[in-house]
Amino acid sequence: MIKKIYFQSIFFSFLFFKEAFAAESGGMPQLNPEFWISQIFWLILTFGTMYVVLSKFILPKISNNLESRKSQILENIEAAEKQREDSDAKLKEYDEVILKSKSEAKTIFNQTREKALKDIMAKKEVLDQQIDDEINKAEKEIEALRVSAPDKINKIAIETSSELLEKLIGSGVNSSSISAIVDDLSKRNGDKYYGN
Amino acid sequence: MAANPMSQFDVYRIGPEIKVGEFDISFTNASLFMIISTVSILLVFNLGSKRNSVLPNKMQLLAELSYTFVAKMISDTAGSKAKPYFAFIFSLFMFVLFCNMFGMIPYTFTVTSHIIVTFILASFIFIGVTIIGFIKHGFGYLKLFVPSGVPAVLLPLIVVIEIISYLSRPISLSVRLFANMMAGHTMMKVFGGFVISLGLVGGWLPLSFSVALTGLEILVAFLQAYVFAILTCIYLNDALNLHH
Repeated sequence: MIKKIYFQSIFFSFLFFKEAFAAESGGMPQLNPEFWISQIFWLILTFGTMYVVLSKFILPKISNNLESRKSQILENIEAAEKQREDSDAKLKEYDEVILKSKSEAKTIFNQTREKALKDIMAKKEVLDQQIDDEINKAEKEIEALRVSAPDKINKIAIETSSELLEKLIGSGVNSSSISAIVDDLSKRNGDKYYGN
Repeated sequence: MAANPMSQFDVYRIGPEIKVGEFDISFTNASLFMIISTVSILLVFNLGSKRNSVLPNKMQLLAELSYTFVAKMISDTAGSKAKPYFAFIFSLFMFVLFCNMFGMIPYTFTVTSHIIVTFILASFIFIGVTIIGFIKHGFGYLKLFVPSGVPAVLLPLIVVIEIISYLSRPISLSVRLFANMMAGHTMMKVFGGFVISLGLVGGWLPLSFSVALTGLEILVAFLQAYVFAILTCIYLNDALNLHH
């Protein structure tokens, strides 16, 4: 029902509008030449002005802006590329320096080690020499002492035995006879005392 | 301007009558909207070209996108030879577009819905293109009317048809734009009238139609400006690069 009223009203409204058009019946205002000259004049004026301003001032600026942006972006890309290459080269250089310094440090370490070893060896040799000398000297002294020891002992033995005899007997005994006895004894027991 | 859907196309004088000799060049509502359109175009593109930052702001983006859009349209249809006419086609496209778009605002006047305006634009293009064609190719430009590879028997007929089609270019160009704008605006006005006359009960259907039509008309406004510009490019292409 509502639908019917709705469509009917649309239909009748058409009739109504048709009547309205017929009543006013102005036709197309576009075909009324009253203001044609005015429109042509203002069209030429406004469009012409706009064309001149656009083509002389605004469009060159826009095209300039576009070009400069394009070139700037290209330049930036180029600069970035260059910087990247630079940094790559720098990195390579850095790696090389590190490698070089590492190997240098190694050689320096080895050299100093060798040098230190050499020094130690040389000093050791000198010290060994000195120790050997000292030992030899001491041995010689000992040898000398050992060689001279029996005589001294014999002498001491003679002196002590002569003193003892003097105290025991009360009179002096001929020292030569005592020394003869001591010599004889020491010759007999020498090996026992000195372990040679 | 009540119920009559054609009354929106009425031209009326604003201010005093100005007469130069016999001609009436009074300032009218049509002149007003021509001025509004051109001033807004100049404003938008002046703002869009003022500063040159690598990262464009909205206005600059708008101006530059329009620039590249029109430049691509011209180079696609008319080739690189059409570069000197870029400014004209750009102005033409922008003028028609802005006039169409300003016409979409309620209670405004659509400049391009008048046959005289579109006809003047179209005949200017027609005459200009013809002059360019004759300058570039001399009388060889007449070869445009003689397509190659046509049997000799058909040739007289074809030539006549070609000449007629060439001469009808300004008419088809102007009537296409004018008729599209007028038909769309009339239809919108008619549907708007239905909304009022059917009231709260039945007005919703024409109202929804009106909304849809508004979207369609905005599309048509852009499309007709584009078609106008691209046909100009095609005519220019005929004049610059004689293909026949």
